[in-house]
Amino acid sequence: MSRRRIIPGFGLSLGYTLTYLSVIILIPLVALFMKASQMGWADSVKLLKSPGIVAAAKLSFGASAIAALCSSVLGLLIAWVLVRYRFPGRKFFDAMVDLPFALPTAVAGITLSQIYSTKGWVGKYLAQGAQWVKEHHAPGGWIGGWVDTISQRGAAYSSIGVFIALFFIGLPFVVRTVQPVMEDLSKDTEEAAATLGAGRWTVFWRVIFPSILPALITGFTLAFARAVGEYGSVIFISGNLPLKTEILPSLIISQLEQFKYESAAVIAAAMLVVSFVLLFLINLLQRRLNWRTR
Amino acid sequence: MKPLRITALLTLAAASLLATACKKSHNTAGSSGGVSLLNVSYDPTRELYVEFNAAFAKHWKEKTGQDLKVEQSHGGSGKQARAVIDGLSADVVTLALAGDIDAVAKSGALPADWEGKLPDHSSPYTSTIVFVVRKGNPKGIKNWDDLVKPGIGVITPNPKTSGGARWNYLAAWAWASKEYGGDEAKVKDYITKLFKNVPVLDSGARGSTTSFAQRGLGDVLLAWENEIALLQKEFPGQTEVVYPSLSIIAEPPVAVVEKNAAAHGTTEVATEYLKYLYTPEGQEIAAKNFYRPRDAKVADKYAKNFPALTLVNIRDDFGGWERAQKTHFADGGTFDQLYGK
Repeated sequence: MSRRRIIPGFGLSLGYTLTYLSVIILIPLVALFMKASQMGWADSVKLLKSPGIVAAAKLSFGASAIAALCSSVLGLLIAWVLVRYRFPGRKFFDAMVDLPFALPTAVAGITLSQIYSTKGWVGKYLAQGAQWVKEHHAPGGWIGGWVDTISQRGAAYSSIGVFIALFFIGLPFVVRTVQPVMEDLSKDTEEAAATLGAGRWTVFWRVIFPSILPALITGFTLAFARAVGEYGSVIFISGNLPLKTEILPSLIISQLEQFKYESAAVIAAAMLVVSFVLLFLINLLQRRLNWRTR
Repeated sequence: MKPLRITALLTLAAASLLATACKKSHNTAGSSGGVSLLNVSYDPTRELYVEFNAAFAKHWKEKTGQDLKVEQSHGGSGKQARAVIDGLSADVVTLALAGDIDAVAKSGALPADWEGKLPDHSSPYTSTIVFVVRKGNPKGIKNWDDLVKPGIGVITPNPKTSGGARWNYLAAWAWASKEYGGDEAKVKDYITKLFKNVPVLDSGARGSTTSFAQRGLGDVLLAWENEIALLQKEFPGQTEVVYPSLSIIAEPPVAVVEKNAAAHGTTEVATEYLKYLYTPEGQEIAAKNFYRPRDAKVADKYAKNFPALTLVNIRDDFGGWERAQKTHFADGGTFDQLYGK
């Protein structure tokens, strides 16, 4: 021990960290990739290129990205209101934000599909609304397709239902990452900007937004990563129609039901690789932003 | 260097703790001279085995003076089979499909000819697939051909993720096969039309029941006969049952997981446990839980619960589970082909 460290117990904590990381994370992941490698490259590629998997991958990653984006926008707004305004019941709403974390996802899925199906509280009116739009405006293209789907199924049992479930579970991630950063923002800079003649919008856009952007991106990343792997809430609301509303995790389960461990591992590994690349790119972007704002 | 040694010690302690925890997970001779069995089963047999275990424990006590404790584990049938393959130390398995026990057999935990070890292909009780419709049967659904009419919503789980749903699919196939005299093009056309009428494919049977009963989706639910009692208890007066002209006999099989039982020293009690399912008392409990008993006398007694209908079976009509699985449900099988259309 030649140099003294400020926090004691480096050896102990490093040992713990490494043990923990290898037992809990590294070994299972290595095992997954080893299982996947048993299948052979050509077979794996063939499996991943099959239409069902491609469709599910598009839906899983697409809906996750859109849901995480929407979570980011709405989460920012919610965090803003909770931090900047004082109103009765604020503490209550603040606590409520965490509830999707605590709720078993299957319960969330069943509840959401109940509400958004054509017989549900919200889905009923959505379906009626969509019907009205269809009759009066007859929109074409993909908007027309969506209107069609909603008028038939409410919002559940379609890719819209998948989006709703992913949006629901992603929201708290954004709020909880953005909120503390907002609380730490000093008012001085805003006031300085205001005295220099900046309007409210300019203050938000030029002063506040850049400093919370890294946190917002972290929130987006967390929401996105969670949404990609989400199973419980989605299978109830998606309707699981092959080629239409099946998500990747559901296809993995379907492989396991056929006792095809290797195929399941291949899909899972591919999912992890894609997710890792995406998350890594987002992280890089965030680093650059962090560096720029400093 | 001292902190590192502490780390090593802690790691060692944790490892040894883990090892002992694994070892004691299953001990055969408890402190009171009792014995325990683990029955790994599927979801809807929960109530059946609670009742049966109590009855068998009493029987075993009378016969040997030994206290017996049977532990139960329930879940989706395929998931349960995987748990046993991956090391869940079951003494007996009582699953929904022969294919699931076959998969366990492939892992070497029990011999491949397990099906012949007990009467009736090792399935002590049976069930079948029937229709559940809305009260008063507003759409007039009587038989399989009604299911493909335009505007009829059929609720069934996805055969790719649900073992139960495979019976639904095969029952429909068997009917169409008889109806069209084995003309496969017509049968396939029927199945395609049938699945066009399915608005959602839930991942499991419970999900389908929820979709149909609670969410009001569809006009007819394809369900196991033994699940109907539960459905009608949960949603009284909302549904009624329609017995189609032909259905498939579902034979949930049971088997001793011989490797585990030998290791636990429970082979004898595990075998006796499964055999007891075939006794009048065991059959009675099965019938009370809405499974069709094999025993003719017990079946007569409960005849009003189980209307007679023509039943095909998977061995004669589909060449057994393994073949049916490969032809119909494996990736690229008939289901995939027809659904993609």
